[in-house]
Amino acid sequence: MENMIALTIDGVSVEVPAGTTVLEAARKAGIHIPTLCYLKDINEIGACRMCVVDTGARSLQASCVLPATNGMVVKTNTPAIRKYRKTLLELVLSDHDKKCLTCVRSQNCELQRLCRELGVKDGDAFKGVTNDYEVDDVSPAIVRDNNKCILCRRCVAVCSKVQKVGVIGPVMRGFKTAIESPWGLKLNNMACINCGQCITACPTGALREKDDTAKVWEALADPTKHVVVQPAPAVRAALGEEFGIPMGTSVTGKMATALKRLGFDKVFDTDFGADLTIMEEANELVERLTEGGTLPMITSCSPGWIKFCETYYPDFIPNLSTCKSPHEMVGAMVKSYYADKAEIDPHNIVTVSVMPCTAKKFEAARPELGHNGMADVDIVITTRELARMIKEAGINFNALPDSDFDSLMGESTGAAVIFGATGGVMEAALRTAYETITGETLAKVDFEAVRGTQGIKEATINIAGKDVTVAVCSSTSKAAELLDSVKNGEKNYTFIEVMACPGGCVNGGGQPIVDADTRATVDVRAVRAQALYGEDAEKPLRKSHENGEIKAIYADYLGKPGGHRSHELLHTHYTRREKYTD
Amino acid sequence: MSEMESKYAELRQMIEAHKDWPGALMPVLQGAQEIFGCVPEDVQKIIAEGLGVTLSEVYGVATFYSQFSLQPKGKYVISVCLGTACYVKGSQSVLDKLSEVLEIPVGTTTKDGKFTLQATRCLGACGLAPVMTINEDVYGRMTPDQVPEIIAKYQNKEA
Repeated sequence: MENMIALTIDGVSVEVPAGTTVLEAARKAGIHIPTLCYLKDINEIGACRMCVVDTGARSLQASCVLPATNGMVVKTNTPAIRKYRKTLLELVLSDHDKKCLTCVRSQNCELQRLCRELGVKDGDAFKGVTNDYEVDDVSPAIVRDNNKCILCRRCVAVCSKVQKVGVIGPVMRGFKTAIESPWGLKLNNMACINCGQCITACPTGALREKDDTAKVWEALADPTKHVVVQPAPAVRAALGEEFGIPMGTSVTGKMATALKRLGFDKVFDTDFGADLTIMEEANELVERLTEGGTLPMITSCSPGWIKFCETYYPDFIPNLSTCKSPHEMVGAMVKSYYADKAEIDPHNIVTVSVMPCTAKKFEAARPELGHNGMADVDIVITTRELARMIKEAGINFNALPDSDFDSLMGESTGAAVIFGATGGVMEAALRTAYETITGETLAKVDFEAVRGTQGIKEATINIAGKDVTVAVCSSTSKAAELLDSVKNGEKNYTFIEVMACPGGCVNGGGQPIVDADTRATVDVRAVRAQALYGEDAEKPLRKSHENGEIKAIYADYLGKPGGHRSHELLHTHYTRREKYTD
Repeated sequence: MSEMESKYAELRQMIEAHKDWPGALMPVLQGAQEIFGCVPEDVQKIIAEGLGVTLSEVYGVATFYSQFSLQPKGKYVISVCLGTACYVKGSQSVLDKLSEVLEIPVGTTTKDGKFTLQATRCLGACGLAPVMTINEDVYGRMTPDQVPEIIAKYQNKEA
């Protein structure tokens, strides 16, 4: 029996287990305490003091770090507290770039919302000296604008604790305090993995993706260009949120229609690329198993993870699957197979990927990911950027009818859809590898053991009388933990799936931003993943090798998985990277 | 072993000794400051790698505490008190004059490595306000006019 504590908050009695904070107890009592620097499980440091409450103590206390005690009487909403919070906000605003109308986070900014809700009337109440920072926009993926930074440290906590990367942190002191990379280095000179988790943690517009929508508009308006688009699996699980559709709703059909209305010449699907990836990756796994290649083999779909591995765990580079990520595969096939079929000069094709991911922007620019002097993927935009384009085009997303992807590379199986959730690639690979190795039909395609949002999952699957041990992890801190256990011989796996973002792509750094209040009560990763597993369950085909267009592409063009053409177009290599560059 | 090599060896030894301590960063940074006279970039990188913390963390701590210096300090460290009493008595104009004469901004060191100019909090000699120190020498009731002569004295001092 847990040790329970009884307290009263604003006259409401509530019982909570010992160790619960007053903020959490209030939430349980249905009382909302405003927060700003707080991000559940990630940043609970009582720094901003927005969540102060009156416990009868000498001074107001930050409820996010205040343990509830038996008999405590808490007030969360007194004239003194309201004045305190308002003054805090006015002080934050005194050194904040207040160009809210044109800010990318307008209407989705926690600072803006608090000012409105707590009745701040004068943004210049404490007018005085302000800091003037240069915007760091050198990275291909992430823009840092300290003029909008409120020093909450949510990004720092995500970067160092969740991702174990730690390329930004507080520097200097007092008024000069800033969140920066050491020695004034740009993010791009640090071993930033471009995951963008800092962006989704940021309450304001201080961190944002590098906006590439202008390039897409330009390509769409150019009559000499044939513009081909593909959205990733996870995009359909979250795009609707940008239009007020409840979280966890899959909007695949509307998304396909929206892309057509935006004027893309072809709307293919990264899900097709996911099926193609499984064909190549399952084959690679079988080859490594039978011919004695490097094991455990580790997945290579997540570009944040790839850069993490290249920088922090380069000894594992031989373990990485040589498969390009799904959208890169589609890009490569568009500029070869599709260009041949449609009789279009591939130099006139512009390939656009819509990704839940900011690291894909960095990935697309890798020189090794191209062919004949052409990049496989020309432009990457995030889910958020696509939403902005749809809004800018005046498309009423919610009223759109459903439509299908274009054929040739538009068909996909349930195995592909689940790529967007942690464990999905593993499950998809197992479905195909099992049938390839045994030659039998898999009775039950659901591998429940690799599903769910835990950081590290393990499973042992019996394939043709042989036990295959696999592991799945998400977030790079968990990847580090897992790799350390492999390195020191504690663990022994055949196949590992790693996704850089916690929960996988559904929770990627390019996805719609969910505010801290919602994140405190909803497991975004699980709810969005449910949309994908639901779609998988309803698909008539659920194994990549059953995809008709996949069969056709091998019959017409590629030959066989792991064949000569596949190696030329669908596989890549990796590079050791330094932690700091000048 | 050259002088520099032995300094690095000393640093590594110290990191090794503190490695498993919680909160090892502060004592190691203090030790490094003592060994090198400052904690420059390469020293911070060695500390980060050695203690298994990020460079961000090391740099954050080093820039938070004014006792740590990122660049080597000059032979003569000039500190001008900007505490309340000295400030009211006009120490800012003394500081400005020093900056002008030395041709460097506050918080930096002259190219020849001779002078470091810094502003400090109260030195506890308010009766002498405005106060300035050059290494261990204390100068009280300073006026901007006195600055060139005092600087010249140290300029001409033999090593």
